[in-house]
Amino acid sequence: MEAIKTFRSRTVVLPTRDIDTDQIIAARFLTTTTREGLGKSLFFDLRFDADGNERPEFPLNGPEARGADILVAGNNFGCGSSREHAPWALLDYGFRAVISTEIADIFRNNSLKNGLVPIVVPEDVHTWLVDNPGVEVEIDVEALSLTLPDGTTTTYPMDGFARHCLIEGLDQLGFLQQHDAAIEQFEKERPWTP
Amino acid sequence: MRTLFEKVWDEHVVVPATDDTPSVLYIDLHIIHEVTTPQAFSMLRDRGLSVRRPDLTLATMDHSTPTTPVRTFKDLAVVGESAANQIRQMQQNCRDFGIDLLGFDSDRRGIVHVIGPELGATQPGKTIVCGDSHSSTHGAFGALAFGIGTTEVGHVLATQCLLQRRPKTLAVNVSGRLPAGVGAKDIILAVIGRIGVDGGTGHVIEYRGDAISALDMESRMTVCNMSIEGGARAGMIAPDDTTFEYLAGRPRVPRGETWDAALARWQELVTDEGATFDNEVSIDASSLEPMVTFGTNPGMVIGISEPVPDGGDDPSFRKALDYMQVMPGKPMTENDVDVVFIGSCTNGRLSDIEEAASILEGRQVADGVRMLVVPGSQQVKREAEARGLDRVITDAGAEWREAGCSMCIGMNGDIALPGQLSVSTSNRNFEGRQGIGARTVLASPATAAASAVRGKVADPRQLMNR
Ligand code: SF4
Repeated sequence: MEAIKTFRSRTVVLPTRDIDTDQIIAARFLTTTTREGLGKSLFFDLRFDADGNERPEFPLNGPEARGADILVAGNNFGCGSSREHAPWALLDYGFRAVISTEIADIFRNNSLKNGLVPIVVPEDVHTWLVDNPGVEVEIDVEALSLTLPDGTTTTYPMDGFARHCLIEGLDQLGFLQQHDAAIEQFEKERPWTP
Repeated sequence: MRTLFEKVWDEHVVVPATDDTPSVLYIDLHIIHEVTTPQAFSMLRDRGLSVRRPDLTLATMDHSTPTTPVRTFKDLAVVGESAANQIRQMQQNCRDFGIDLLGFDSDRRGIVHVIGPELGATQPGKTIVCGDSHSSTHGAFGALAFGIGTTEVGHVLATQCLLQRRPKTLAVNVSGRLPAGVGAKDIILAVIGRIGVDGGTGHVIEYRGDAISALDMESRMTVCNMSIEGGARAGMIAPDDTTFEYLAGRPRVPRGETWDAALARWQELVTDEGATFDNEVSIDASSLEPMVTFGTNPGMVIGISEPVPDGGDDPSFRKALDYMQVMPGKPMTENDVDVVFIGSCTNGRLSDIEEAASILEGRQVADGVRMLVVPGSQQVKREAEARGLDRVITDAGAEWREAGCSMCIGMNGDIALPGQLSVSTSNRNFEGRQGIGARTVLASPATAAASAVRGKVADPRQLMNR
């Protein structure tokens, strides 16, 4: 994973609540055996009509969405299935962060492990971002802050370890492997075997 | 004083959390299937790692596997080259890494969350994970069970551990006697309606109260299964005699002295008197009726006699009603049905098929309705056939299939067509979940079967007590 410290980009806004991972990437695209190339399937049935033409009303298809790397989404984004294909598809499409008032647990976990920054902001900041699509904002992962175009800054929560891994570009398996001796000891000493 | 969750959690902490690092949590059972593992095995290969505990890994194939009846699995027509490739990779990965696969030649194959309990691999006090969010099902036995992503599947394969922050706890108290015709599926739909689809975010639920203790194991699994639909990581029920009786004699359950020791340990797995939860909700089971969803998430749910609510000008709500083509102010029973699906890890077990068959017996599926009954495992299929339920189902004009996830996720070719209304016993009514443009109404097996007979969303109580 690449280290992520700060970046600036414009936003694209999907204001709907409870966007589930089936909408992010439909099950019929999950027969893949790699992580790559899922961007073309992202939000497929929302982006395209039955004939495969772009739906002009869908925000990602608008001209202002080109080059916008930050997705502002409605409350409870990423609910539903545990498919890691959802953050893989968002990253492959070009997104680097998702901003919402709430982000579902498993999706948030999966995002952090792949370098997609999940950002939970207070209601008023969210409302402003929804009402002002396409603005350029700055995301600082070291300081856990989001800076709006007028210079106001808001901080967002993130587990300290997850933050450390993002800014150092570390993957968490390495950390787990350092505990190999403790795991072996645990297996030896536990009073029952599974 | 600790809650059930805290007892199981504490017992599995290998390295405690610090301010800077999460806990290292030991996993007792890792269940894997073909869809969420290939990238994890590739990671192991890339780094030259092996699977630490193949003996604690249970592998099967369910998601993208066909359920069309076949004489032998050699004639199986897998839908699409990529699904066929995924299935071949699963077979290869299990061979290469020394994992026993309950594959097409196994009479134990089935949906991950159906076969774990069936084999007795799911036990009280275990930590259980799977690359599938409905892992919460196993919590019905007093296990701590939750869904993980593919990167974490790789972590568990390599180290048998996960990095976790301790979640919060939510008690859902369900008390009172369930009225006739109302079951576990109605309880959990009502719970989700109450707490909302994000009400459990960051929490592990413990379902408690006399209405929960009165449920059999299959019903408890239905309840815990849909914890994720309320946003919770996991759902648990304290093990009791119902649990122990269910487990006794199953293939992977200890015997003799080890059984006695296990039983003594399991009996301790209850929330201590006076232990506190971070949050609590209470539901009166005696006031429930059969529940049906009307929108595009499981929290958009009403009683069968209630009108579809009017969400005002909330755009997300409007969008859902437009997609579903349902009218505010009207009950769901006015909607014509095209497809009925009985199955999935929520309601694909023997008692669910019995419940549906009891409604179908001596009746016919309405003209123009397609009904699929898909057992959750090959064992469920055999048991149902031994009871003659397959005949009741096919005599009524419904299809009887091989085990798999089928129309719950629509990956294997079993789908509803654009615009069709599907009454389904599965767990998700998301847009497109059962096929592009398919409109899903979640309900109990009784409600689904009654809807098949009536050709409209129906109240099963009107077809009971004959
Ligand atoms: S039946 Fe549905 S919810 Fe259950 S494991 Fe299969 S796809 Fe997932």
